[in-house]
Amino acid sequence: MAQIFSQTETRRFYWIVALGLLLALTGMSAAHFMEGHGHVVTGMNNQIVWGIPHVFAIFMIIAASGVLNIAAIGSVFGKAVYKPRAPLAGMLSIALLAGGLFVLMLDLGRPDRVIVAATHFNATSVFAWNLPLYSGLFTLVAIYMWVLLEQRMHGWIKPIGLVVFTWRIMLTTGTGLIFAFLVARQAYGSALLPPLFIVMSFGWGLAVFHVVQSTMYYWNNKIQDPIILRRLKNLMGVFIIATLFLVAVYHLTNLYFAKQAAFEHFILLDGGIYPELFWAGYVVLGSLLPLLLIFHPRLGKIRCVVSASMLVILGAFSLLYVLIIGGQAFPLAIFPGYAVNSSFADGQISNYSPSLPEILLGLGGLAIAFLLTSIGVRVLNSLLPNDSITQPKQSTH
Amino acid sequence: MNLLRALALLLILMISFGSVSAVPMPKLDIGLGGHCVENPGYMRQNHMHMLKHQRDETVRQGIRGGKFSLSECVNCHASKPDDNVLGGSAHFCQGCHEYAAVKIDCFECHSSKRKIIVGVGK
Amino acid sequence: MSDKVNLDRRQFLGTASAAIAGFAIAPGLFLYDFANARPTGGAASAGVRWGMLIDSTLCQSSCNDCVSACNKEHDLPAAKSPTDVQWIRKVELKQISTGRQISLPMMCLHCAEPPCVDVCPTQASFKRADGIVLVDKHRCIGCRYCMMACPYKARSFVHEAVLSHDGEMPRGQGTVESCTLCDHRVDRGEQPACVEACAKAGHSAMLFGDLNNPDSEIYRRVRSVASTQLRADLGLNPNISFVGL
Repeated sequence: MAQIFSQTETRRFYWIVALGLLLALTGMSAAHFMEGHGHVVTGMNNQIVWGIPHVFAIFMIIAASGVLNIAAIGSVFGKAVYKPRAPLAGMLSIALLAGGLFVLMLDLGRPDRVIVAATHFNATSVFAWNLPLYSGLFTLVAIYMWVLLEQRMHGWIKPIGLVVFTWRIMLTTGTGLIFAFLVARQAYGSALLPPLFIVMSFGWGLAVFHVVQSTMYYWNNKIQDPIILRRLKNLMGVFIIATLFLVAVYHLTNLYFAKQAAFEHFILLDGGIYPELFWAGYVVLGSLLPLLLIFHPRLGKIRCVVSASMLVILGAFSLLYVLIIGGQAFPLAIFPGYAVNSSFADGQISNYSPSLPEILLGLGGLAIAFLLTSIGVRVLNSLLPNDSITQPKQSTH
Repeated sequence: MNLLRALALLLILMISFGSVSAVPMPKLDIGLGGHCVENPGYMRQNHMHMLKHQRDETVRQGIRGGKFSLSECVNCHASKPDDNVLGGSAHFCQGCHEYAAVKIDCFECHSSKRKIIVGVGK
Repeated sequence: MSDKVNLDRRQFLGTASAAIAGFAIAPGLFLYDFANARPTGGAASAGVRWGMLIDSTLCQSSCNDCVSACNKEHDLPAAKSPTDVQWIRKVELKQISTGRQISLPMMCLHCAEPPCVDVCPTQASFKRADGIVLVDKHRCIGCRYCMMACPYKARSFVHEAVLSHDGEMPRGQGTVESCTLCDHRVDRGEQPACVEACAKAGHSAMLFGDLNNPDSEIYRRVRSVASTQLRADLGLNPNISFVGL
């Protein structure tokens, strides 16, 4: 080890691990607190039943699947630039999925009983479908990483990569279907959601990958190749545009249906925090500004791309907040044509403000992803692509 | 090294035997007592399976009036002074579950008290 | 007197006094009930389809008796905050085009095609053979997906520890619950608590019975008056429908 890591790097590594552990433990204690007192200590209630933990969890699950695209482009579609990045992408995918599931499981009312979902499997439930999809992804990515890192197994990279790629598309479809199958609420129940989630995963996965890759390069004193960066950033730009397009189509179809007009008015104009997050958070900061940073001829350097990636992640959280929480805040149309009033918030816009424990739980999930990635990169040193050696070969295009 | 291992093993054995002898059999208030639905040895080993089986039939199929009902357990075995199966180490459910170190999940939702009709009895 | 005898006497007196009170309070109700009581040990029958017809023209906006009766029956605290459970609620409606005002009780409508059952990952949400949609709290993991899926907002999540267990329905923190159509009463051949309270208040806006039984009042009523299923566009075919909407 002494030859690979300098003393500064080692010291830094232990500080990183300590920080990650501290945050993860804080998240666990927050979950313990929530389990002890009940969800009354969160901002969630009988109207807003899914809150900020679900925003964190769904972001991580989408990104976990999206980050695998970098591996797929290398292994399945044979692009040489991406091949050295596949192991880090695999590690990140496992880490993010673990973080997302950590949050999702610990937010349950009875996390102690989660095994019941396996013993009494309900074949019509998308949630139940997702369980084998999640555990399958863990297994497949683990096999994939072994194949990538073991010289003798390199012949298997392409077929296994193809299986992983197919599986991750199914997994994100499953995540989108969680909402697409909900007939009850105006925001959901759209067949556009699974494809939207897949396109989002492409962009968000790349954004997370950029941030992590440059951080890991920096911590481990390695240098990033600007040509590779240019290709990755262009790809991210394309996905940001594609996501914007699908989000626009989703809202346009809703706007066209008179029955959805009030909901769209709420989400896009007068719903307070939701339109603010949508326009300022997702559209401007999370999409347009990153596009400028990526494609402006004078910008697009490493620092710009990393900033753009962080903005894309910010936009992702905004968009999910609007979709998940905004979608529940708007009242259900149980009695169309009537003004409604009741003790159970019928006909009223519901309020939600996340409490500290649930935010800490969400951050705990991120911390777990961070911790697993840091340790993975440290232990499996070959995860980090060493481009400086191969650079001359790749600069031909 | 071997000597150390032997000593450690001895220590562990002493601690575990010590702890067994330190926990006396619980002295339980069996409540009303009398004949149970099965004999006590069988009940000790299988009451949870019987309860679980009947609970699924009652909840999911609506079969009422079965023989192995939790509320009947409570009605018979609640301790006489406070009509409860929980409360202390002598109480029927709590005492034995403490001894066996098994968490009881039932009474987070179900009542642990004997159903008393107000103004009758005592 | 021995304790054994004492208990038997308690039980006998309890049952007897409850029965006498029942006859005194709601004469006539039990005539129907005895005919419908299921034999002890029998399972809920698929030939039966329990349902309700709620006549909003008879429901009074000032009356909350169905809600109080439900709360009393199930030992539910009166709802004060958005985290409190509500199995049944009174809804006040005002038709936007005409200003016509309507009051009605709203609860789980016990769909024939319940979305909550479809989405539940553990089969905790289920439909009993006789059409009653229930949560098996022994299996509920508290994911709240059913609450996302229900178009009637019928379900509540237990946000805090339940300290009092005097109700007919065992309840506990971290699980989802909703109207059970008083399955414990229906299995004894009685009417749901809300229906009984509505009749007792003199409104009789809630008619309960077997939608499959040609001899039942509800069977005749749904065939003679115009009734509305809420969100009929969703095709969920709820067992509870409304008159006067």
